[in-house]
Amino acid sequence: MINSLLWLVPLLPLLGFVINGLGRNTFSKSLIGWIGSGVILAAFLLSVDLFFELKNSGQYQVSVELFDWISAGNLHIPLSFLYDPLSSIMLLIITGIGFLIHLYSIGYMHEDAGFGKFFAYLNLFIFFMLILVLGSNYIVMFIGWEGVGLCSYLLIGFWYTKSNYASAAKKAFVMNRIGDLGFLIGVFLIFNTFGSVEFAKVFPQAASMMPGAGVITLITILLFIGACGKSAQLPLFTWLPDAMAGPTPVSALIHAATMVTAGIYMIARSSVLFNLAPTTQMIIAIIGTATALIAAIIALTQTDIKKVLAYSTVSQLGYMFLGLGVGAYTGSFFHVLTHAFFKALLFLGAGSVIHAMHHEQDMRHMGGLKSKLKITFATMMIGTIAIAGIPPFSGFFSKDEILAHAFEYNKVLWAIGLLTAFLTAFYMFRMMFLTFSGKYRGTHHAEEHIHESPKVMTYPLIVLAILAAVGGLINIPHVFGGNEWLAHWLIGAGIAPKELELSHTEEFALMGASVLAALVALGYAYTKYVKNAHVPVPDEGKRSVLAKISYNKFYLDEIYNAIITKPLDAFSKFFYRIIDKKVIDGLVNGFGWSATEGSKGLRLLQSGNVGFYIFMMVFGIVALLLYTYLSIA
Amino acid sequence: MELLLLLFLPLVGAIVTSLLKGTAAKVSALGFALLSLCVTIGLLTQFTPDATTQFAVSYPWIQQLGINFHAGIDGISMITVILTNVLMPLIILASFKHEYKNANAFYALILFMQSGLLLVFTALDGFLFYIGWEAALIPIYFICAMWGGKDRIKVNMKFFVYTIAGSLFMLVGLIYLYLQAKSFDINAFYALNLDSYQQGWVFWAFFIAFAIKMPIFPFHTWQPDTYTEAPTTGTMLLSGIMLKMGIYGVIRWLLPIVPQGVNDWICVVMILSVIGIIYASLIAFTQKDAKRLVAYSSIAHVGLISAGIFAMSTQGLQGVMVQMLSHGINVVGLFFVLDIISSRLKTNKIEELGGLAKVAPKLAITFLIIVLGTVALPGTNGFIGEFLLLYGVYNYNMWLGIVAGLTIIFGAVYMLRMYQKVMLGTTNDLTIGFTDIKGTEKIVLYSICALIIVMGVYPKPIMHLSEASVQHLLEQIKLKGLN
Repeated sequence: MINSLLWLVPLLPLLGFVINGLGRNTFSKSLIGWIGSGVILAAFLLSVDLFFELKNSGQYQVSVELFDWISAGNLHIPLSFLYDPLSSIMLLIITGIGFLIHLYSIGYMHEDAGFGKFFAYLNLFIFFMLILVLGSNYIVMFIGWEGVGLCSYLLIGFWYTKSNYASAAKKAFVMNRIGDLGFLIGVFLIFNTFGSVEFAKVFPQAASMMPGAGVITLITILLFIGACGKSAQLPLFTWLPDAMAGPTPVSALIHAATMVTAGIYMIARSSVLFNLAPTTQMIIAIIGTATALIAAIIALTQTDIKKVLAYSTVSQLGYMFLGLGVGAYTGSFFHVLTHAFFKALLFLGAGSVIHAMHHEQDMRHMGGLKSKLKITFATMMIGTIAIAGIPPFSGFFSKDEILAHAFEYNKVLWAIGLLTAFLTAFYMFRMMFLTFSGKYRGTHHAEEHIHESPKVMTYPLIVLAILAAVGGLINIPHVFGGNEWLAHWLIGAGIAPKELELSHTEEFALMGASVLAALVALGYAYTKYVKNAHVPVPDEGKRSVLAKISYNKFYLDEIYNAIITKPLDAFSKFFYRIIDKKVIDGLVNGFGWSATEGSKGLRLLQSGNVGFYIFMMVFGIVALLLYTYLSIA
Repeated sequence: MELLLLLFLPLVGAIVTSLLKGTAAKVSALGFALLSLCVTIGLLTQFTPDATTQFAVSYPWIQQLGINFHAGIDGISMITVILTNVLMPLIILASFKHEYKNANAFYALILFMQSGLLLVFTALDGFLFYIGWEAALIPIYFICAMWGGKDRIKVNMKFFVYTIAGSLFMLVGLIYLYLQAKSFDINAFYALNLDSYQQGWVFWAFFIAFAIKMPIFPFHTWQPDTYTEAPTTGTMLLSGIMLKMGIYGVIRWLLPIVPQGVNDWICVVMILSVIGIIYASLIAFTQKDAKRLVAYSSIAHVGLISAGIFAMSTQGLQGVMVQMLSHGINVVGLFFVLDIISSRLKTNKIEELGGLAKVAPKLAITFLIIVLGTVALPGTNGFIGEFLLLYGVYNYNMWLGIVAGLTIIFGAVYMLRMYQKVMLGTTNDLTIGFTDIKGTEKIVLYSICALIIVMGVYPKPIMHLSEASVQHLLEQIKLKGLN
C-alpha cells in the first residue's frame, strides 16, 4: 500500500500549486484558501495513514522508484523516494504544521492582493519540502533542497515592491547557494567514493570503513557546509533574520518549523557517515554552540518582535547542531520536532499581534495587549515556557537531552549551552512582557482597532499550543520512567541511539541547573520589564558597548560587506575597465590597426583590388607552404 | 537524401524570402523555419540513437583536391541540428514585433545562415565544414553591420578582425591536415598519425578559431560589444546557435583528430576555461546594461561548457550536449525578454528600470523561469547540464571543480541582481506605462519556459540521443592516444 500511495503525498501540494497558480486571479479568495489548505490536509491524512502502515508492517524502509532521471556513463540517478521512520516523522511535521499554517494564512493574508499567488507558493514549498525528505538519494534531496530555497526566495520577496525585501530575498538565495556548492561537491565525492548516491548503497558500504578516514571527514565537512547555509549556522546565518521580510506565516512555516531544519534532517539521515568522522563532529558541535550563543546575545536587545524570534530560531538551530555534533541524533531530531511546535506557535502568535496592531512590529510601541488578545497571549505564553525549557512542556525534554549529551562530550560546550538557555529564557520573557504587560505605548488611533484575530487564525494557535505543551511525551527519558519512543522508532532509519552514561542523580542535577537558569532569567526579566517597566531606548539612544554590539548584530553584515562584497565589486570593475577594455582590447586593436594599415599598403601595391580577407588567406597559405618546405628541407 | 532536404530547404527559403516584401517575408521565413523543424522531427523519428553516422550523403565535388560533399548525422550532430531548428522559428517569431528595413534581405540572410549552420553541424569533409563556417559567418556580419545599434561600425570591425583571424587559423590547420592526408575527408583526418609536435600546432590552429567563436577567455572581447550592438535577432543567433559552432568544432574536429595535441595542452585550456567562468561572472556583477550583463554571463557559461569538453569524460561530454541545448534556449529567452523591455522603454539600463513585475506579471513569471534555468535550479534544464559539467570538471581536478563550481553562487548573484533591479521594487515614471506580453511574445516565452521545465524534469530522451556517439568518440580518442 505504501508503494502505491507514497507518490500522492508530494503530488497533492503540486496539484494545489498548479490549480491555484492558474486560478489565482479568477478564483474567489475562499476557494483558493480551501484548495490550498485542502490539498495539504489530504496530504497530512495520507501521511498519518502511511505512518501507521509503516508502524504495523514491521518493515523499516519502503522505496519507490518513479523514473530514471539523469543517466550518463556509470552515473545513474533515479527519481525515487525512500519512506522510513525518519521521513515518516518529517512528513507528519511538514504536512501537519503546514496545514495549520495554511489555515492561519486564510485569515492573515485575507486583505492581501496577492492572496492566490501566496497560496500557490506555499503549496509549492510543501511540495519541494516533501521531495527533500522523501528523496532516496542525495540528488533528489538536492532538488527539494534548492526547491525550498526558491520558494523561500519567492516568499521572502513576496512584497517585492519594497526594495529591501527584495534584497533580503536575494541574500537568502545567494547565502544558501554558498552552502549548496559544498553540498554538491560533497555529493561528487560521495559518488566517487561509493559509486552511488543512493542512501541504501552508500551507508552499508560506509559502515565497514574505518572511523576517521580522510575521505569521510571531507565528505561530512562538505555536507555540513551545505547544512550551514540552509539551517543558518555561522558564518552563513545572517540571511535568516533578514528573511523576516516575508509574511509571518512564511516565517513560521519555512524559517522556523521546516525548511531551516533541513540541514539537521540531512545530517541525521547521514548519521552513519558523520559517526565515522569525529573531527567533523567536533566542528559541528563547536559551530552549533557558537551560533546558539551569538544569536542568543543578539536576541537580547532586538526590538522587532519577529527579529527576536528569528535570532531565537538561529540559536535553537545551533542547539540542534550541538546535539548532532555530540552524537545525540535523537535528541537533536527531537528538538526539531518540539521546536517546530513551539516556534511555529510563537511566530503565528507574533503574526496575530502584528495583525491586530496593523503591521506594527516594534515592541516599543506595544505593551498591555494581554487583555485584548487573550488567546494569542495564552498560547504564546505556553510557547515561551516551552522554549525556555521549563518542565513539563516540550522544549524542556528535548533541550535537556541535548545538554546532557553535551555534558558528557565536553563540559565547556555544556556550560555555554546552559548560558544560552539562560539567555533564551530571558529574551523570550522580555519579549512577552514588552508585548503583553504594562501600559500600551502605541498610537491612540491604532489602539482602537486592536482586536483578537479571527477563529481561522486562533484555532491553529490553540492546536499548536497543545502540541507545544505535550509534545515532549513522545520521547520521555528513562530517568522519568519513559521508554524513549522516538529513539526506538528512529533506529529503523539507521540512527543508532546513544545511551547516556550519567547516573540518574547527575541527570537530575543537570536538569535542575537548566530549570534554575530559566527561572532566574524569568525573574530577572519580570523585575526589569514588569516591575520597573523598562522600555528599550530608541535606535539612536545611548547604549553600553555590549548592548551596542548586540543591537548591531556583531556588525556581521557590515563585516561581510567590507571583506567580501566590496572587494568582489572592485575586482569586477578592475576586470572590466582595465583588463577587458585596456589590456585585451588594446592588444586586439593593435593587431586590427596593423592589419588595416598593412592592407592599405598592400592595396597600393596591388592596384587596390585585394581585400584584407584575401590577403590574410594568401599570407597564411604561403606561410604554411614555406613552413612545409622548410621542414622537408 | 533527407539530409540534403534539411541542408537546402533553408537556402530555398532564403531565395523565396528575398523575393518577397515586408510582412510576407517575415511569414515566409517563419514558414520555412517551421518546415525545417518538421524535417528535423521526421529525421528524429528515423534516427537510431547508436554511434553510427546516419542519413549520410557523399558526392564527389572537387576531385583534384580530394573534396567531397560528405555529410551525415550522428548523435552529437543530432543535438546541434535540433538546437538550430528548434531555435530558428522561435528567433524569427521573436523578431515579429520589429519592423526592419529591407525585411526581405534580413530574413533571407537568417535562412541563409541556417543552411550554413546546419552544414557546419553535419559536414564530414573539412572543406565543406569550412564552407559552412564561412557561410554562417557572412550573413551574421551583414545583419550586425546593417541593422545594428549606433556603434555598430566600430564594433563590427572588432568582430570582423577576431573572426577572420580565427578563420585564418582554422584554414591553415585544415590545409596542413589536407597536405598530410591528401584528402579533406574527416575519416582520412582521423586516420592520420601525426607526432605530438605536429599535433600541437594543429591543435592551436583549430583551438584559437573555436575559442574565438565560443568565446573562451582571453579571446572574448568582441563578444560583449557585438552582443550589445547587434540587433536582438542577431544577438540571439550568435549566442543561441552560432557559438555552438565552436563547441561542436572542438568535439568533432579537434578531440579525435589531434588527441595527443589536446592531451599536451589540456591543462592550459582547462585553466583558461575556468578563469573565464570566474572572470566573466565577476564582470557581470557590476554591469549597468542588462544586455551586456547577459553577454558576460554567457561567457561564464561557455567557459564551463569548454571545461566540460576537455574533462573528456562521458559525464562531462553529455553535460556539454545538454548544456548546448539549455544554454541556447535560455540565452535566447533572456535576450528576448530584454528586447521586449527595450523595444517598449528604449533602454536596457538596469538603473533606469524597476517595478516591471507589478505592471507585467506574465513577463515576471516567464522571466523568472528563464533566470532559474540560467542559474541551474534543479528541475530546470540548466541543472542537468551544469551538474554533469561540474562533475566532469571535478573529476579532472578537484580544485578546478570547486573553482568552476563558484559559478552556481556567482550566477545567482548577478542574475538575481538583474532580476531584482529590472522587475522588482516600485515602478518609476518610465516603467509605469509598461504593458505585459501578448501575442507572439507569449508564444515564444511560453514555449521557452515549457522547454526549460520539460528538459529539466525529463532529460532522458535528449541524453539518450547522444550517449552512444559520445561513448564512441571517447573510445576513438582513447584508441588513438594509445598508438
